[in-house]
Amino acid sequence: MSKNKIVLEVKGLTKQFPGVLANDNINFDLHKAEIHALLGENGAGKSTLMNLIYGLHNADKGEILVNGKTAAIESPKDSIALGIGMVHQHFMLIPVFTVAENVMLGDETVKNGSLDRTAVAARINEISKQYSLDVDPNAIVGSLPVGIQQRVEIVKTLYRNAEIVILDEPTAVLTPQEADDLFRIMRDLTARGVSIIFITHKLKEVLAVADRITVMRAGRVVDTVVPAKTDSAQLANMMVGRQVILTVPKKDRKANGEILKVENVSVRDQRDLETVHNVSFSVFGGEVFGIAGVQGNGQTELSEALTGLRTPTGGKVTIAGKDLTGKSPRIITESGLAHIPEDRQRHGLVLNYSVVDNMALCDYYHAPFSQRGVLQPDALDKNARKLIKEYDVRTPSPFVSAGNLSGGNQQKVIIARELSRDVKLVIANQPTRGLDVGSIEYIHTEIIKMRDRGVAVLLISAELDEIMALSDRIAVMYRGQIVAIVETKKTTREQLGLWMAGVHAERK
Amino acid sequence: MNSRRFGFIAIIIIVLFSVVVSIGKVKQPPLLIVTSMLATTIAVATPLTLGALSGVFSERAGVVNIGIEGMMLTSAFFGWLGAIYMYHVFGFNNGISIVLGLIFAIITGGLMALLHAVLSITFKVDQIIGGTVINILAIGLTGFLNRQLFFGKNSFFGGSVPSSPGVLPTLHIPITEIFAPICSSEACLQGINAINRVFDQKPVAISAILLVFISHYILFNTRWGLRTRAVGEHPKAADTVGINVIKMRYANVIIGGMFAGLAGAYFTIESVPSFEPLLTNGRGFISLAAMIFGNWTPIGAWAAALVFGASQAMLINMQIFRDVIPPQWAFLQESYIVGLTPYILTMFILTGIIGKTTPPAADGVPYEK
Ligand SMILES: Nc1ncnc2c1ncn2[C@@H]1O[C@H](COP(=O)(O)OP(=O)(O)O)[C@@H](O)[C@H]1O
Ligand SMILES: [Mg+2]
Repeated sequence: MSKNKIVLEVKGLTKQFPGVLANDNINFDLHKAEIHALLGENGAGKSTLMNLIYGLHNADKGEILVNGKTAAIESPKDSIALGIGMVHQHFMLIPVFTVAENVMLGDETVKNGSLDRTAVAARINEISKQYSLDVDPNAIVGSLPVGIQQRVEIVKTLYRNAEIVILDEPTAVLTPQEADDLFRIMRDLTARGVSIIFITHKLKEVLAVADRITVMRAGRVVDTVVPAKTDSAQLANMMVGRQVILTVPKKDRKANGEILKVENVSVRDQRDLETVHNVSFSVFGGEVFGIAGVQGNGQTELSEALTGLRTPTGGKVTIAGKDLTGKSPRIITESGLAHIPEDRQRHGLVLNYSVVDNMALCDYYHAPFSQRGVLQPDALDKNARKLIKEYDVRTPSPFVSAGNLSGGNQQKVIIARELSRDVKLVIANQPTRGLDVGSIEYIHTEIIKMRDRGVAVLLISAELDEIMALSDRIAVMYRGQIVAIVETKKTTREQLGLWMAGVHAERK
Repeated sequence: MNSRRFGFIAIIIIVLFSVVVSIGKVKQPPLLIVTSMLATTIAVATPLTLGALSGVFSERAGVVNIGIEGMMLTSAFFGWLGAIYMYHVFGFNNGISIVLGLIFAIITGGLMALLHAVLSITFKVDQIIGGTVINILAIGLTGFLNRQLFFGKNSFFGGSVPSSPGVLPTLHIPITEIFAPICSSEACLQGINAINRVFDQKPVAISAILLVFISHYILFNTRWGLRTRAVGEHPKAADTVGINVIKMRYANVIIGGMFAGLAGAYFTIESVPSFEPLLTNGRGFISLAAMIFGNWTPIGAWAAALVFGASQAMLINMQIFRDVIPPQWAFLQESYIVGLTPYILTMFILTGIIGKTTPPAADGVPYEK
């Protein structure tokens, strides 16, 4: 069996969604036992292409060949029968089922009419051993960490004897260590003859693991290259279609007074579990203070407590010398806070309000926007037009409702509203989540601008690269506690990754 | 369902029974009271049990079904009408007419559920609205046909309700016959007789109990059950492993409808051979409460239905002992006092005091690719 045997080939695949040509005449092939990376911005059409191959959607035009033969794939049943397995971007697992139940679903082993859980568990253990994919068949999936859930997804494909495995943005939810573990698993799989399509928008990963790289942009394939003959800058170019700055340059920090002071703050979530324990730190003017950590380690509750969306159960929050513990968001905002919330659609915007109204959400009740309790449309309008221009918001008109903008432009509306005010502190929670390289570049630039102007910036992000690129100092949150605070210059990705995973080499 | 909730159910049933025993013991031996109450409890709980099973199948597959009440009512009517029709028009004998009536009831339930399925699965109508449509349709349809067929001047049956072929007979399960020879003491014999009295029930009541355990087994131990639950929890995940979500949902909603149909048959084919408008009287909704209380499991729902049955049984037995009720207990004769029990229980459930219930994650959400 030659290594370059083509196991999957796609010819002229086209898929039109209402309003978007998601896949435009795509040609793509996959060699036996290779890791073929598919790189592209959000909305480039990567998932659509995979859904066509997997049979979740049907193509308008084009054909799919498996092992050289034209394949009629109309539903996942067909693709599974052809040995194709897919791990979806959003896991397709049933949280209340056990691992064994999830794995066998759709391909159940039955003895005398009832499910043969023992046989399935034995088969899972066999697969676990063979590919060193450790999973407990009897665990309830919802109680497992995401990294393990992903293994369950991979076991699911192997259980069905998949020879082609599609991984759609598998690293988006993983810690760096979990991602490394995944890469090891991927190599184990290819060593045993499995071919892998690996989707991502992270350049570094692609260069590290891929045998070949195909870049997609706006529904088309730009090119297919090999890692040895390319680099991050070129790949970014191909993804975005123009020159992009991957790391925003920044001058040395000129820190001045303490702006945000957090002392022994504890917070409970809606289930009344204490998700933030006794957290203390300070952020100074002119610096970016990053909080790293895997999602769900208390960052959401912490930022809600600091911005007034949730009352802390203990501790003290001081902004520019004023005690603002448990005060309302309006009081905190008026004290000089700009908040870029984690969930831009729920907490950042009123989606069915126009851009004009969204631009004035923080101070619509003041002059000039409001006179004697009556809104002044002219003032609102003028403000919005100015900000749209200044912050380069791409919208057909200021009166379009915010819900109709793309994710990147929605975020720009928030950035414009929050950063154009006279603020002392910026709290940005996951400011670039789900955005494309171009928008990320823009938002990073704006954050650094605020810092250089002397504003204190608290950046919360699960993207380690983002934290490292922007922060002057970094705190790591793990299980509701800050397990380390370090200067960015004095640490490494690996060290941060270990802290994020709860390995406390040293505590500060 | 957790043991805490089963404990809660057991305590309520014991309290209800104790009240009746303590009042009635001057007239009848306690064992007799308990067995007769148990028998009544099981019988009265039958439509609630079947209604709850109807809900379990539908909602486990992800389709909210508040139309159970309407499905029961329609089935009760058409089952009864079918039996009369077979008896008078086609001239079948009593037995065959009754059995055919039973089959009509089940089919009617299935058809009403098919309508709900079309509305909620294919047309993605809001499922609460879909269920309400079923309930209103049921009241209108049965009321109208009842009047037109039986009471009008030129009505089909000439202005009077013809005699019905009767009801299903009580089945005698030969517990005494089998176990009595093994008994050596008088007490043992009495016990066996008592058990026998509890289970001398009619066919729908007996099959309801069997169906509880069969359904539980199907739902949690078979391929069908696994797929049904998958479709109700995360339909997209089921779709990605090649399961036909739409088909599974249709099938389960219709199976649920057939359970509601059997519940309808309980009223007019098994219990009393007559129909009156609105005869189901909210039992479909109590079934839903039982389903929720039972955390969408057949056995749990049955246990909850038994509580509601026990409160009815208490009410009925209070009538028997009305002359010996001490004055300070007199209020218990008022039907609304005991009749409130199911509703108070339902409120308890909703407050979450006796533990949380978790519906299937995709319950009520239409599936879109
Ligand atoms: N089911 C769908 N219906 C309509 N539009 C869709 C659907 N799925 C994806 N799209 C659109 O197709 C385009 C490509 O999306 P997708 O393939 O998910 O991109 P990627 O995975 O590369 O981020 C986007 O504009 C997206 O909005
Ligand atoms: Mg995608």
